[in-house]
Parts: sequence; structure tokens; C-alpha cells
Amino acid sequence: MTQTAAAGAATEAPGASGAGGRVGLALASRGLTKRFRGGQLAVADLDLAVPSGSVYGFLGPNGSGKTTTIRMLLGLIVPTRGSWEVLGAPMPAGASRVLRRVGALIEGPAFHPYLGGWANLARLDAADSLADPRTSRARIGQALERVGLGAAAGKRYRNYSMGMRQRLGLAAALLQPRELLVLDEPTNGLDPQGTREVRALIRELAGEGATVFLSSHLLSEVEQVCTHAGIMSAGRMVAHGSLAELGAGAEPRLRVDTTEPDLAVRVLAELGCRDAERRDEGAEAVLDGVAPERACAALVRAGVPVRGLVVQRPSLEDTYVSLTGEGFDVNE
Amino acid sequence: MSTSSPPLDAVPAQGRAPAPGSLTRPTAGRLLRSELALVFRRRRNLVLLAVLALIPVLIGTAVRLSSSPSAGEGPQFIDRITGNGLFLSLTALVAVLPLFLPLGVSVVSGDAVAGEANLGTLRSLLVVPVRRGRLLAVKYTAVLAFCLAAVLVVALAGAITGFALFPVGRVTLLSGTTIPLAEALVRTLLIALYVGVSMAGLAAVGLFASTLTEVPVGAMAATLTLSIVSQVLDAIPQVSAIHPYLFSHHWMAFGDLLRQPVPTHDLLLGVATQVIYVVVFLTLAWARFDTKDVSS
Repeated sequence: MTQTAAAGAATEAPGASGAGGRVGLALASRGLTKRFRGGQLAVADLDLAVPSGSVYGFLGPNGSGKTTTIRMLLGLIVPTRGSWEVLGAPMPAGASRVLRRVGALIEGPAFHPYLGGWANLARLDAADSLADPRTSRARIGQALERVGLGAAAGKRYRNYSMGMRQRLGLAAALLQPRELLVLDEPTNGLDPQGTREVRALIRELAGEGATVFLSSHLLSEVEQVCTHAGIMSAGRMVAHGSLAELGAGAEPRLRVDTTEPDLAVRVLAELGCRDAERRDEGAEAVLDGVAPERACAALVRAGVPVRGLVVQRPSLEDTYVSLTGEGFDVNE
Repeated sequence: MSTSSPPLDAVPAQGRAPAPGSLTRPTAGRLLRSELALVFRRRRNLVLLAVLALIPVLIGTAVRLSSSPSAGEGPQFIDRITGNGLFLSLTALVAVLPLFLPLGVSVVSGDAVAGEANLGTLRSLLVVPVRRGRLLAVKYTAVLAFCLAAVLVVALAGAITGFALFPVGRVTLLSGTTIPLAEALVRTLLIALYVGVSMAGLAAVGLFASTLTEVPVGAMAATLTLSIVSQVLDAIPQVSAIHPYLFSHHWMAFGDLLRQPVPTHDLLLGVATQVIYVVVFLTLAWARFDTKDVSS
């Protein structure tokens, strides 16, 4: 599996002009490419389609271009090529209008160390020329409460723990009602309770109608909260679509543990299973529509001593690893 | 987790101004106020101001405790302090002009953008969103406010110390005319303002340097170095051809404000030089910053 279709109308008319703004997409890009001055290709020909209302998991190993993509989408980095839209508005022209409706946590929290949590949020609120100063106090208080930092509002940021810093970053994204939240590794540095709270918060935000674009390398996190996902590897999107599509893309395999693997391979191949082959102490094949119980009966009838029989349905993790490689090395 | 939070899909909800246009004016200054608070509440900057305030106190105490220096020794005007305490203000301004004042300006201007880039807060500000040009304008305004605060601190600390330690009265100008104290105070204020304006060019250079790096100390050092280079070149007669173009060339022209009538030629040239430096370096800063990849 290489390219899974994204949800419905999302990928229609790939050749359409960049100016229009595709309906139903909170984030969209065509051919988005970033080559850094050193010549390093960070992101290559990225076609992103994040449906409105989805919780989109943006997956990929470290160094695969996730953060560079997020920075380009939000106008912090100028792409070398390509066009993109945020909430239907062509960028970067629409930035000053549309970014107000976007809450962002980019590459971890960043605040003034000698200011308190409250003062840091007040500064960001003051920077928003359209924010109503009369509701500033209420909104800051509410954002801090929402991430559980109400009690630490006056404490200096430099004295915050890693988890508190991450929470303050989330609070900054929640200063205004948002239509889109771009969260880069939001559970980094959080303890298990904090991780659960953030997951609940993401579900809550999605329940209120916001689109959440969640960059992560934690597959379980993505599987638990996301409706859609895209997988990056070495600057390229290697798979994207709804979570069901991504799972379905890799077909279920049958694994037979036996002392007669060659016989098992022959039986499976005759049944119509694809790619039947010997592997370790047994045989494996793609079921390809063959019912597992039929395969089991046929194997036994043919005299294959079956010690174990497993249907392996690939998880997101298998998809991920098959696409991004097992290696531990950072991709250049 | 609160349940009373506003619906996220409804944009004109409670946090939004009902009519953005009507609120633009009262809120436009909020970022500037926030920036001023950031500059003037930062402990490092307060220490800089305190050091500047200490210099007239040191000079005054030294002059009071020693025999009065004769003309030609030490900073300009130092021989006049024992006669009139107000001259301590002027002496202190002369004393801080070559190094301490440019140091303060270099630190604050060099930190302006690079400091936020270094902390990572720059990206948060830009996605609020804040237009990059607006951010630069706010940053530069705050640096100018610091320049002004710095010279006023020196002048005020000088005046207070001078009034406390020495006799004060009518002031004899460099041109020989004697003017009443009130007018002399006004002229001292004008001199402080001129010195403040003299720092505007350096502040713009510092802001430009600040957009080139994510290491604030680098921008600060580069700015201070340029200020010293400018003054060194200004002292070498062999390169007198370039002297009028150096931003420090007219820094000392404020002495003209102590003549009657005031010869405005050099003063106006000094202001014009600063204006040109400000225009050139703010343009460079904007050109650099507007297209800069913010990857910190």
C-alpha cells in the first residue's frame, strides 16, 4: 500500500487551481516543498488534505518534516514551492485574517521565563489586535482553568515543570474560540494523567466542532483520538486517509505454525491466498478473501500438522513501520 | 475542564470584538504597552538604568571630595560643577555617551527580536497573528523609549546629585551669557533629548542586527562594536572624509545648546544623520525580517 485515498471529496480535482480554496478542508496543500538554504529537502511535494471537523493525526519519525510542515502552514517558514490554504483561505495572503481562528502549539511551549503563566498569556492576548481587552481577564482565566493551571497562574514560567509548560502552551492555543487547533506533540513531557487529560481535551474540542491537527509520533495516541491520519517519511507523505482506510489498506494475513511449512505453503496457494511463503517455523500468506476457517480446514485435510493459526490484522503501527522503516536512525 | 467554554465553531463568540473596526483603536496600543512592560520590568534592563543613574552620583561625589579639577582635565564641563551643580547633569551625559549609553542601547535593541527568537516566543507572537512589520515597529518604539529613559535617568540623577552637593543658581553659558536657572533646566532637558535622539540610529542598527541572528548576545556585541568602531574612525583625522557619515559624528554637538544664540547647524545635521540611519536600517531590518524563516 502506498497511497490511500483521503476522505471523500477531499482529494477531488487534484489539478484544480490553487486560488479557490477546497470546500470542506481545514488545511490543504498542493506540492508544498521546502528546501533549506543548505540544500536539504525537508518537505517534498506535500499534498495535505485535512477534512473540517476531523481529528487528524500527523505521524512520522523525528526529522521526517512534520514541524517544518506545520511552520509552513502557519506562515513561519516560506515554502520553496507549492500552495496551501488554511480554513479555506489561500496563504500566506490570508494569514492575518485567518490565523486568529487557529490555535497553535508549535514544537513545544515557548514563553518568557521571568514572567508568570498569566502574564505570558496576557502578552499573547495583547498581541491580538482584535481581541477584546474587556474580556481578556476572563478568557485568560478560563484558558488556564481549562488546562488545570489555575493555581499556578502567578508562578514564574521558569519554575514550571515540563508538564506545566506544555499545559501553558495548550492554554495559549485556547485563548480564543478556535476553528482549528494545530498541536505539535501536545503530550510531550506530560505524565500519564496529563496525557489522559490532553486526550480528553482534544476530544472535547473536537466535540465542539473544531478541527484538530495533531502531530505526534505516539501511535497509540493517534489511534485513540484521531479520525484521520497522514504518515510522513523523509519529507514525503507516504500514506493518508481515514483511520479505517489506513488500517484496511494493509490486508489481513494468515500465519500458520507447523513442522511442514512447504506443504502449508502449497495448500494456501491452491486455496487462492496470495504471496504464500515459508517464514520461520511456518507459512504466511495474504488471505485475499479466503475465509480463515476454510483455510484451517483445508490445511488439516491435507495433513499439515497445525500447531497454531493466527489471522494478523495490521495495526496502524504495522502500517507506520512498514512505510517509515524499522530503523532507529534519523532520516536525513 | 470547564463546561462553560464558548463553542469553538462560532467565531464571533464572546472573545471576539462585535465590530472589529470599532475596537481597533483602543486595542492597537496593547502590544506596545506589553512590550514596554517587558523592557522596563526586565531586571537586566533595570540594572542597566541603575548603573547609568550611578554614574553622576560617582562623578559628583568624586568632585566634591577632591580639589576642583581645572579646565581641560576629565570630561567636558567637569570643571564647572563646583560652580553650579546643574553642570553635573551635563558632565554625566558626556561621560556616558561614548560607552555606557551605547552599551545599554545595544543590549536592549540587540535583544529585541533575537531574544524572542531565542526563547521561541517569536513564533507564538507571529501566529497570534502579529504582522511582522507591526512587531518591528513596536519593538523599535520600545527601544527608543529605553534610550529616552536612559538619558533622562542620567540627567535627572545628575541634577539631583548636583543640587544636593553643590551650589545652584544662574548659569553662565559657553558663549558668556548668563541665563536664569529655569531656562538652564529647560536647556538641560533639550540636551538630554538630543542625546536620546542621537541613540536612534544606533538603536536601528541594533534592531537590524537583532533580525540576523537567534543569539541575542551576538546582536548586542555586534551593535556595541559598531558604535565603538564609529567613534574610533571619528577620531582618526586621516579618514576625515567619512566623518560626516558616521552616526556618532554629531553626538557631542549638544554643547551648542549652551550658546546664545544657539548655532543650530550641527544640531540639525546630527538629527538628520540619525533620521537617515533610522530609515536605512529599519528598512533593512524589515526587508530581512519580513521574509525570514522563523525556525526557532
